[in-house]
Amino acid sequence: MGDKHLSSQFDAELSSISTHVLEMGGLVESQLHQSTYALVNMSLETAQQVLQTEIRINQMEVDIDHAIISTIGRRQPTARDLRFLMAISRITQNLERAGDEVARIARMVKSIIESGSPRSLPVSELRLASDLAGELLRKTLDSFARLDTAMALTIMKDDNAIDVEYDGFLRKLITYMMEDPRTISPSLDLLFLAKSLERVGDHAKNIAEQIIFVVKGADVRHTPMAQVESVVK
Amino acid sequence: MNAIATAPAAPAAAASQKNALEVRNLNFFYGKFQGLKNVTMDVAERKVTAFIGPSGCGKSTLLRTLNRMYSLYPGQRAEGEINFYGQNILDPKQDLNLLRARIGMVFQKPTPFPMTIYDNISFGVKLYEDLGKSDMDDRVEWALTKAALWNEVKDKLGQNGMSLSGGQQQRLCIARSVAVKPSILLLDEPTSALDPISTGKVEELVHELKSDYTIAIVTHNMQQAARCSDYTAYMYLGELIEFGATEQIFFKPTKTETEDYITGRFG
Repeated sequence: MGDKHLSSQFDAELSSISTHVLEMGGLVESQLHQSTYALVNMSLETAQQVLQTEIRINQMEVDIDHAIISTIGRRQPTARDLRFLMAISRITQNLERAGDEVARIARMVKSIIESGSPRSLPVSELRLASDLAGELLRKTLDSFARLDTAMALTIMKDDNAIDVEYDGFLRKLITYMMEDPRTISPSLDLLFLAKSLERVGDHAKNIAEQIIFVVKGADVRHTPMAQVESVVK
Repeated sequence: MNAIATAPAAPAAAASQKNALEVRNLNFFYGKFQGLKNVTMDVAERKVTAFIGPSGCGKSTLLRTLNRMYSLYPGQRAEGEINFYGQNILDPKQDLNLLRARIGMVFQKPTPFPMTIYDNISFGVKLYEDLGKSDMDDRVEWALTKAALWNEVKDKLGQNGMSLSGGQQQRLCIARSVAVKPSILLLDEPTSALDPISTGKVEELVHELKSDYTIAIVTHNMQQAARCSDYTAYMYLGELIEFGATEQIFFKPTKTETEDYITGRFG
């Protein structure tokens, strides 16, 4: 947060909270790559690792929340410090939920493998969607680290692009299923996987909104894009 | 889109809000030293306006101009205008005793008179009104009740005011100000000498009193300003840096100087 407080301990607390959020975000990002790897390679081992790490992510959310409550209780932060801590609380909640979506992918991979008939899913499009979501998450963490609102705005726009991709993918799947009912089962798997990736994008967008909240003091949740743009300018 | 952006920047922005005081281009001098620089602001009627800022920023000076307290000291002078329901407080012809009855003041350290609790209250009333014994009794009870002190002292009204605890003494001083039925109460760091419980009681009192009185409070305690006031003015080096709705000042101040001060950063 740039400049210094009179209390260096306060600075240290805020900076430690920031670092933990970035660490948590980095972990969710790597989980996304891992679960995509598990999906593409039908790797049970990797899927299980993802599910193990998910427990750590959940614990990080609880720990960061505890640190936020402690800082609010002892420091009574105001203005941008207050906005920062409120935003962090929402950011970690979104990271944790993004982590849940990623774990859901791993869980599906695991159940497909354990069902004894690992289907080979045409996952190339999902891989692309996963790359998009991963890139969005990475940009979100960058934008948070720098409190860069212009970048946060592009994330919000990029998420709209992912949503459009998802809708297109959905239509394609429906066509497959109508043409050949035998594809219904794998198509449904693909649909759920794609939905999870789309949700990761939504969480990245929610985090981007919080970055704008910290810097500009404006709550841009549920706000039309044109209005968000005028806030960021 | 968000409530913050549309919050009134100052009392005048709210159309239905009446002002108790309108300060215009106020400059104040301690001899050659200028303590206030071109301050212009409105104090809203029946609201709490808090003044915050580092030591020496002029917040107490500003409060002292509002009832001409400074006139007691030679060499101190104010220029500009302070409009109090149509009359200029700074007008040299202003009757100061009457002014101070209408604009009461409570100081940092409790200043009870060395007399009984009852007399502490009745003393000021006698200067302005000729009340019979029963009316005066009523007035004393009324003022002490207003100041949330009646239940604690009703059985010892004959005791010396100095025998009360610090917090009670401060509430006694508030009761004394209230007793002459002023329209404005100026509180100059009223709780800085009090423990947290007494501070809480005074803050609660401020909240209750604002339904009848306009209150201006100077405080070093920012959380206190945040808790008790409707409007907050941030001052620095004699200038009014930012003035707005308390919620806006503490959530999203518009000036960097204000933000640095309230978040405890280096200026």
